[in-house]
Amino acid sequence: MTGSDLFFGLVVLFLIGAASSVVLNKKDRICSYISFISAAIASLLGIIFSFSVILGNNFVFNVSGTFLNFGFFVDKLSAFFILIISITAFAVSIYSTGYVKEYFGKKNIGYLCFLYNIFILSMVLVVSANNALMFLIVWEMMSIISYFLVVYEHEKPETRKAGFIYIVMTHIGTGFILLSFLILASGSASFSFETFRAGVLTMPPLLRDAAFLFALIGFGTKAGIVPLHIWLPYAHPEAPSNVSALMSGVMIKTAIYMLIRVSFDFLGASVLWWGVLLLIIASASALLGVMYALMEHDIKRLLAFHSVENIGIILIGVSVSMIFMSTGHPELAAFGLIAALYHTMNHAIFKSLLFMGAGSLIFSTHTKNIEEMGGLLKKMPWTGMFFLIGSIAISALPPLNGFVSEWLTFHAQLLSINLSDNITKIIVLSSGAALALTSALAAACFVKAFGISFLALPRSEHARNASEAPGSMLFGMGILSLLCIALGVLSFYFLPVLDSIASPLSGASVLPKVAFDLSLAALSPQAGSISTIWIFLLLFVFVPVPFLLSLALGGRTKARTYETWGCGQPVCTARNEYTATGFSKPIRMWGSGIYRPHREIQTSYAGSPFFKERFTFDTQIEPIFEKYFYEPITRLAFFVSRILKVIQTGSIHIYLLYIFITLVIALIYVGVGG
Amino acid sequence: MNPVAIAIFQMLVIIALAPLLSGIMKKVKAFFQIRKGASIFQPYYDIAKLLKKDSVVSENASWIFHAAPVISFVAILAAGMLIPIYISDMPFGFAGDLIAIVYLLALARFFTALASLDTGSSFGGMGGSREMFVASMVEPAMMLSIFAIALNVGSTNLDVISQTVSSRGFSAFSPYHLLAFVALFIIAIAETGRIPVDNPATHLELTMIHEAMILEYSGKQLALVELGAMMRNLLVFSLLANIFFPWGIASTASVAGIAAALVAFVIKIAVLGAAMAVVETSTAKWRLFRLPDLLSISLMLSFLALVSFIIVKGG
Repeated sequence: MTGSDLFFGLVVLFLIGAASSVVLNKKDRICSYISFISAAIASLLGIIFSFSVILGNNFVFNVSGTFLNFGFFVDKLSAFFILIISITAFAVSIYSTGYVKEYFGKKNIGYLCFLYNIFILSMVLVVSANNALMFLIVWEMMSIISYFLVVYEHEKPETRKAGFIYIVMTHIGTGFILLSFLILASGSASFSFETFRAGVLTMPPLLRDAAFLFALIGFGTKAGIVPLHIWLPYAHPEAPSNVSALMSGVMIKTAIYMLIRVSFDFLGASVLWWGVLLLIIASASALLGVMYALMEHDIKRLLAFHSVENIGIILIGVSVSMIFMSTGHPELAAFGLIAALYHTMNHAIFKSLLFMGAGSLIFSTHTKNIEEMGGLLKKMPWTGMFFLIGSIAISALPPLNGFVSEWLTFHAQLLSINLSDNITKIIVLSSGAALALTSALAAACFVKAFGISFLALPRSEHARNASEAPGSMLFGMGILSLLCIALGVLSFYFLPVLDSIASPLSGASVLPKVAFDLSLAALSPQAGSISTIWIFLLLFVFVPVPFLLSLALGGRTKARTYETWGCGQPVCTARNEYTATGFSKPIRMWGSGIYRPHREIQTSYAGSPFFKERFTFDTQIEPIFEKYFYEPITRLAFFVSRILKVIQTGSIHIYLLYIFITLVIALIYVGVGG
Repeated sequence: MNPVAIAIFQMLVIIALAPLLSGIMKKVKAFFQIRKGASIFQPYYDIAKLLKKDSVVSENASWIFHAAPVISFVAILAAGMLIPIYISDMPFGFAGDLIAIVYLLALARFFTALASLDTGSSFGGMGGSREMFVASMVEPAMMLSIFAIALNVGSTNLDVISQTVSSRGFSAFSPYHLLAFVALFIIAIAETGRIPVDNPATHLELTMIHEAMILEYSGKQLALVELGAMMRNLLVFSLLANIFFPWGIASTASVAGIAAALVAFVIKIAVLGAAMAVVETSTAKWRLFRLPDLLSISLMLSFLALVSFIIVKGG
């Protein structure tokens, strides 16, 4: 099969999946199987296709006519993102065959399956578009279809609110993207991406700055950088979990793709302050993302805030790479980009895995609040195992994949010692402290998320009656869990491939300076090396040591099961357990400057003030971005609209008058000027 | 000597010396408190006694509770393979650098904290929550001091670091090296759970962190947890010793060299342990919410180490 067979094959299969769900709309079971399986096969084709491009030649397809001029261009960077989309979509599609059973008889399955297929297709087309107009069309398609998926459970008012916030934010983003493209197109007088590169060279620096800034705001909105992130914690939790896995895992990555495309490929990453600005925004996103995640008890909102965090980590790699590019260190830039791309891949995998895990939890417990879960590891052993693997990976603990990409990011930051400007050096190195704090807080957050939801006693009736998710859902999660392990332990195998993706963008390969054999080395073996496979083997080999030690020194002993010690009191119920709110309390106190927490305690007494009858406790944090950034803007928008309302009388005569006046002014203009 | 033999010997040294360090520190503390104190070998007897005892396991516990001591123990041991103890050219030195060591220790902590939540006791949750909080506060300072050391030496791998520092002799004592040492010493207090951060000798619910996390463990499992904590102490001290004062460490694998290096190592960690015991007896435990102040002092020191290095050497 050639590249174009594979590419159009996957397009057609997604369309078949979509069409069959329309035809079989009334038959829930068959409809879901056919459309999700065709999506899974299409994703397999996508995996093969992307490998054929990454290891072979670029794929080009052009249609040009007098009016219509569009095309697909898949280079290694696009193929890498198609690979991410396809791997995730494959696992999620299998998971979905089980997950949608929740909706059988209650919701329109055909509608969901139709949107699901078109959604994945639109993401694939976004990363392969080769023309600004075509790109904007598929980008809008992706945004609008994801909006429809977010509001799938539209009978709930909070879902409609989330959908509204999402669609407003995504269109503000698209507006800025349009501005950026118009500037880029003005340099070349064409909307084709190929001419953008040449056009930029003759462009005044100020316009280039503007193009970068507009692209940063536009794509940053989709990616979820602070302060444009506010839609993520609303939209991702409200969508069905299989869709949130795709949205959080891969959709926001298409924005990363375009940000890399615009700043490296089109604009050549030639200005130092672009990188520094992005680095500061990225560090802030990483840190604030994880800090807000720690305060969440809604498992899906928690994961959505972690997406903000991880987008920050990815962009730290991208921005460090841009700093190297602009100061003439192309091979170091390739190293930074490798770190960023690897984290993009890893985040797609463990975040989709965690969202699927969250979906299983909701599927069995019918709640999103982790305070109402607990004890689920015994009821859902496999879901628990997969969620634990995802938690270890996202907390960047060795030997899993998250550790490798964060390690590469730390070393990319260390390499800034090669820069000539001391202030830039200090900024980049200090961002290492922000990244370290971020990953430590992420570990704290996942101890909370896993510990409160899976360990100890069930905290509610729902959790007591939970049972394991169906096999198809476990299978989908299992694939990604294995990938988390493989991408960590065998990372040395994937990194040279990433270099072949990054080096065309930076203009130099990092391979001559780095040994990617059994150990990873950051720029010459002197600068630091890890070998995740050896760490894995060491961990594995040492497992018998504690057993042998205790057997040799202590002999055989027995273990007795008894109730947990409760300070001598005969109480041991779920109400005595530590809560998620309690667990994150030290961090809430430490970060009170940002969180601005306030609490309300109401006590009612039974007669005497010594006997408390009821005690209610409520604690909340202040959403500072919504309150101090978006609320004033919204108020301003309402104020302006109220003023403009004066001309909107609703009377057709007045509107005719407007048209007449406009016509007169236009005629005068033409008469005087022309 | 055979590299595998060196690695196995290093593992045995870590396991065997860990209780000794704990015993020495307790003895020094007893001296300053004008007590006689237990023998420095007491921790060995304690571990041996616990290993012979049956354990009681909470009925709420899942497999995490049973796996956590083993995983923590194994992760700490794996980190020990990456740290120079008596030889600077460790057989597995290439397998991980300082950053990997930090994250392996974090893996151990992650599972201990999970186990603390597993029994449903509020003490456990309290300990786990505080432990993760302190660990989060430690991390940025730790990373900046690692950066300062790595830039000074040109590598994050400990074999290279200890070789370079020992070859530099007294000229290694630059201001940024000393600043990084003080920063890392404060971090070591937090990492090993010593006063003023945590009190290893307490069982008062208002103050305990590590002890609260492991409250439900008993018998064999407790022995593994305790030994793991002692090994973590030893590793943190040997990091301090062999990053900043790697003198006497063997650079080639000869029996005489290793024997001399072992003696030097025991002296170094005994001195550092005594210094830590002095800090412990001369300060009071701080409130939990004052700890970020202490750790921001460490953060500032490592930042100064970094900046002074860049200003003096970089550019």
